Amino acid sequence: MAFIEVAGVSKQFGGRLVLRDVALTVDRGAFVSIVGPMGSGKSTLLSIIAGLTSADAGSVRVDGALVTGVRRNAAFVFQNYSLLPWFSALENVRLAVAAANPSLSRERQVARATQALEQVGLGNALARRPGQLSGGMRQRVAIARAFATDPDVLFLDEPFGALDALTRETLQQDLVRLCSSVERPVTTVMISNSVEEAILLSDWIVPLLPGPPATLGAPIPVDLSRPRSAAQLAHEEAAARVRAHVIATLTAALGTRARRTSAKTDPEAMTAITLAAEESR
Amino acid sequence: MKRVMQLLLPLVGVGLAVAGWWMASLAVPDLPSPARTWEESKIYVLEPFVKRGETDQGIALLAFYSLTRVAQGFLLGAVIGTPIGFLFGVSPMITRMFDPLMQVLRPISPLAWLPLGLVLFQKSEPAALFAIAVCSVWPTIINTMVGVRAIPQDYWNVAKVLRLSRTTTFLKIIVPATLPYVFTGYRLSLGIAWLVIVASEMLTGTPGVGGFLWQEYNSLIYAHILLAIITIGVIGFALDRLMGLAEAKLRAA
Repeated sequence: MAFIEVAGVSKQFGGRLVLRDVALTVDRGAFVSIVGPMGSGKSTLLSIIAGLTSADAGSVRVDGALVTGVRRNAAFVFQNYSLLPWFSALENVRLAVAAANPSLSRERQVARATQALEQVGLGNALARRPGQLSGGMRQRVAIARAFATDPDVLFLDEPFGALDALTRETLQQDLVRLCSSVERPVTTVMISNSVEEAILLSDWIVPLLPGPPATLGAPIPVDLSRPRSAAQLAHEEAAARVRAHVIATLTAALGTRARRTSAKTDPEAMTAITLAAEESR
Repeated sequence: MKRVMQLLLPLVGVGLAVAGWWMASLAVPDLPSPARTWEESKIYVLEPFVKRGETDQGIALLAFYSLTRVAQGFLLGAVIGTPIGFLFGVSPMITRMFDPLMQVLRPISPLAWLPLGLVLFQKSEPAALFAIAVCSVWPTIINTMVGVRAIPQDYWNVAKVLRLSRTTTFLKIIVPATLPYVFTGYRLSLGIAWLVIVASEMLTGTPGVGGFLWQEYNSLIYAHILLAIITIGVIGFALDRLMGLAEAKLRAA
């Protein structure tokens, strides 16, 4: 059963069409990455799916309900951490817990926030403010904040984009662990400009074909066993095939854009996609 | 060496200014020299808390009266101005409604507000508070408004994503994000309040540094005018520094 259904979504900024006729279907519990070059409209698409921005045309449904604003059980991780610098790590997470469960007592909120931070290895940095934490630690706080509210859908906006390669890999593994350890399945939509990252984390990769207007390509399954590691993926033939497929699709789209004389002759028709996460697992 | 220079150079500056004053006193017979000023006014400085008459009091007592009045007027302005600033910050519609009015009221001199205050309140004390509040409220309003507008999109996103209530968004995001700007506003407002108090005391003759200055001018004791001027400057400087410290502490936090 489709958990997220995006149909016919278009968006324009200042008269310029950024997204056209975007369709996407994500099954419950699937991890889908939308991969495309920078500035191609990925963030806009994610904002629309998440209900942060409204589309000019089309609809987004999550769990059957039409999205008109930010959903109750949705959580976010942004590239730039988006932590409140005047609060400690604990207080940043507790704020999310309190907003999601207003009836919870303060002690329970603190306990939940502490637990979430311990899960990302920050049990000894509860009282520290974001300014006293490294980039990787800040992003851990943001991840803890996202998981502390037991979300059923998770939106990741280039979550590891601002981190160095080593920190990035440990955090990616932490994310995989958290996604698989929660009791109920988390449906995840991540946008990224890293094909490697998408292969490491996703069940499906959806290439965003840059425009303007941008459209989505056919989803590419990542049929690789879990757990995965970057080192293992570097040698695996199946991973190389996925990588080649994604890159070929993206470069072909870039070539098309370069050859195109007019924006109105877009070769990509509306692409409806059904993603079966269970099949890939 | 650098440290010595840092201490020494301001002293040289003060020395030059006093020398200039002394030379001016040679040219203008009515202007007391620095030495005569000190001689005639040292009783006020050396016995700062002695009360000899209604306006004939030690300089610290006079300053205390003025500061009390300034504190009241400034607090009144802050209590009114801060919420207005937040309101303007979050609502472009309200800003558009009142901005022209604010731009017209802002440049009006305290000397113009004071008579209106006297008409409204019949007494000099509330009239002075009225003038201080009206004149000093603007930097608080404007800086608070600018502070709210300067809140990065990231923080608004947090509010949206966590689905924070209006109250929580205000208390946990808008207020902390705006606080450094609010304090810049307070510092500027306090500076204005201190300017206004002197003018209002001179006009109403209430006891305080400004009232003292005007009375001594009328009594032809010019040395005391200079004492009052120096006192006003030193206190104004101290107030600005104190608010500056509070502001720096907030920015560091």
